[in-house]
Amino acid sequence: MNEVQATDTKQDVTSNTSQDTRALLPRVDVLEDDAGITLLADLPGVPKDHLELKVEGDALVIEGAMAPFTPEKLEPVYAEVRLPRYRRSFTLSRELDASRIEANLKDGVLTLRIPKQAHAQPRRISVQVG
Amino acid sequence: MYESMWGFPSSLFELDRLQRELNEMFGFSGRPASIRSVAPGTYPAINIGSTPTSVEIYAFAPGIDSSKVEITLDRGVLTLSGERPNDLPDTNDKVSVYSRERLGGSFRRAVNVPDDVDPEHVTATYRDGVLRISLARHESAQPKRIMIR
Repeated sequence: MNEVQATDTKQDVTSNTSQDTRALLPRVDVLEDDAGITLLADLPGVPKDHLELKVEGDALVIEGAMAPFTPEKLEPVYAEVRLPRYRRSFTLSRELDASRIEANLKDGVLTLRIPKQAHAQPRRISVQVG
Repeated sequence: MYESMWGFPSSLFELDRLQRELNEMFGFSGRPASIRSVAPGTYPAINIGSTPTSVEIYAFAPGIDSSKVEITLDRGVLTLSGERPNDLPDTNDKVSVYSRERLGGSFRRAVNVPDDVDPEHVTATYRDGVLRISLARHESAQPKRIMIR
């Protein structure tokens, strides 16, 4: 898994802390069909209440924190997952309807469905000859 | 701040951060690695922690059917194997795939476990895409308070 440094974006007081922390870049699949975009992201360890999806302007931000490891008195021996949180953001384009995004989280896999605006769905464009 | 909020044993991640920073400074580390170590990014990623009474193995395996995972412990080697279904929605010629980073297919990983674990007391749970395998240490290996007579 790759790591990213949080990029500098507009910061306000409330989001300050999360913007500064390092996070893992979750692996994703992105597919598009006529009616919208489907995004699948691997977020193992993130329970539903630690997942945050935000749309800021045209940016979609996926952020998730892992639930604490149990038991508490755990000494690290070996670690491939080295940060307890994920973050990844995407730029949405105008034909996508961010207000109707559907999200589902199951077994550490987030499925997002971003529909297209009704008027942006495909039309056949006839070619005029002449 | 987040560490304290979620009550993480932050040292679990600190240990490796240090090593990674050293690796970045000096190129690839010349430290001996486990003979069963794998390339970074292998599915599932594994973290191992230890407590006085158990060894805890966390496999970050999102999107699997936990009933189809096989876990075996044989002569000190714990093996995890299974198959991750390809969960992509049906693709046809009307679907464009832009990003394909999540891989499906069969997986297999092996880790050495210390000699003092009790093969009769191994439990595994699957939650939020993380498989946690807890191996209890033999009672004789657990720390004991010695009474002075």
